[in-house]
Amino acid sequence: MADLLWRRATTPTGRPGALAGYRQLLAAQVRSQLQYRASFAMDLVGNLLLTLMDVAAVVVLFRVTPVLGGFTLPEVLLISGLANLSFSLCDLAVGNIDTMRQYIRTGRFDAVLTRPLSALLQLVCGDLALRRLGRVTQAVVVLVIALNLAHVRWTPARAVLLVVAPSFGAVLFGSVFVAGSTVSFWFIESGEFSNAFTYGGRDFTAYPITVYAGWFRKAFAYGLGFAFVAYYPALAILDKPDPLGGPRLLSWSSPVVALAAAGVAAFIWRIGIRHYRSTGS
Amino acid sequence: MSEIVISTADLRKEFTVSTRVGLLRRARRTVPAVAGVDLTVARGEMLGYIGPNGAGKSTTLKMLTGVLTPSSGEVTVCGFRPVAQRTRLARQIGVVFGQRSQLWWDLPLAESFRLLRYIYRVPAADHAARLAECRRLLDLDAFLDTPVRQLSLGQRMRGEITAALLHSPEVLFLDEPTIGLDVVSKQAVRAFLADLGSRGDTTLVLTTHDLADIEKLCRRLVVIDHGRVVHDGTLPELHARYDSRRRVVVDLDTPWAGRTGVPGAVVEAVEADGHRVTFGLSGGTAGELVAALARDGALRDVAVLEPDIEDVVARLYAEPAGDDRVASR
Repeated sequence: MADLLWRRATTPTGRPGALAGYRQLLAAQVRSQLQYRASFAMDLVGNLLLTLMDVAAVVVLFRVTPVLGGFTLPEVLLISGLANLSFSLCDLAVGNIDTMRQYIRTGRFDAVLTRPLSALLQLVCGDLALRRLGRVTQAVVVLVIALNLAHVRWTPARAVLLVVAPSFGAVLFGSVFVAGSTVSFWFIESGEFSNAFTYGGRDFTAYPITVYAGWFRKAFAYGLGFAFVAYYPALAILDKPDPLGGPRLLSWSSPVVALAAAGVAAFIWRIGIRHYRSTGS
Repeated sequence: MSEIVISTADLRKEFTVSTRVGLLRRARRTVPAVAGVDLTVARGEMLGYIGPNGAGKSTTLKMLTGVLTPSSGEVTVCGFRPVAQRTRLARQIGVVFGQRSQLWWDLPLAESFRLLRYIYRVPAADHAARLAECRRLLDLDAFLDTPVRQLSLGQRMRGEITAALLHSPEVLFLDEPTIGLDVVSKQAVRAFLADLGSRGDTTLVLTTHDLADIEKLCRRLVVIDHGRVVHDGTLPELHARYDSRRRVVVDLDTPWAGRTGVPGAVVEAVEADGHRVTFGLSGGTAGELVAALARDGALRDVAVLEPDIEDVVARLYAEPAGDDRVASR
């Protein structure tokens, strides 16, 4: 009996698959969140209210002006809806990567690095915030209302775009989250800095890029790719020419932009992880 | 020599520390934490890696486990380069860091073990067998269903060790595994690790400040100071080299009269008006000394003090730096 413990694994049967570790981490995370039911419910409601505020801000703007950057209220709501859905999907998955700073400060990241799984995916699976489901629901509701108000003429291509755009928008936001959090490998107190790009990016994408100007628009819309999250896909869904004169192809460019951003983020992450300093003892 | 599981050559790690000077200016300086460590460990060795706080013990361990990227030098563990092949190495090693948990805080201990089976992709039967064995040897049954956050430190440490062993690692790294534990838990952990090490299959590398850990668990000691290896050998060799002694403290009914006592013992201190005397043993045994004292007069109490590894280590550091500091094994 005693020898069983020290024998190396040779039996091929009952060996979990390569992805089982991530799946189980996710499930465990869900279970431990459900341990605190009351706080879970409160967060769910709180998050819902937060998104309502975002929508209210858009509506209030239109009480002063009938047109914003060449877009009507339903059109802007569609852009906001797409932006919020992208962001909330990303937030659900990797929003808690902010906790990486705690992992790094407390040295818990050591434990992450000694397991035979991707460090990034461990953080993602270990920190999935179910409470943020409320925001996803809310974003979907806003999107559906906007689509109705805007009298969209549906084609199969537009329907596909409605799924593709938020999915890859989420990937783009996720890349910004990951790249931003990587800064904490060098500077532990870097939260506000990366927030400028993540939450700042969400607010940027919620309005047509025509309302911004100069270097700021260039940097956020094209430099960081935020124009491809909601603005360009919304143009195609609304069948509206780009006031800035861009080609129609841009509406379908979000997968390319998002995957490029993911590549850059992965690269930065790999450099960052080599600069991890751990903590004393 | 048998199979080599760990080898390092001129392993170094430097940290850049920036300190604020003035309002905005910062001065950056480079602090060497590990300054050229050469280490070779064969399969089945039980290695104690000791030294004062800040000597570079943990930094070395973190470079061996793929947590930290070395500044320079070579390192191979189980045939892998730790950082570049981190996930593959992770399957071959177990890691217990005394002061931080590998377990899931909010979940019952048993649940952590179950998760680890999926993370390390351990076949169900092997996992069940190893877990059953650890449950028996480490007495885990009473708190398997308790959330980890509610465990005592001793219980948690037993859980940590089990967690590190469920995938049957080739090398088990332990960073201060007995720190803060009560006596009973310390003994349980020590006995378990000693048993594990004696099987010769698993290589143990541990850092500790606890002399009993070193005596029970380390056949070989590597002493590190200021990032360099200053001694590499067995515990008796270390004591012999630094002339460290066991001590016998006796309380006497009549004051110590300054008799020469027995050969192999020297008087180190006389206290309480001669009623308490401390002898240092250099060659003789405590039994001989006590017998000799008992013949001379009434002996009220006797205490035998083991040589303090901290003393030895402290003496090591006091030695002038030179070529003879690096002892050969």
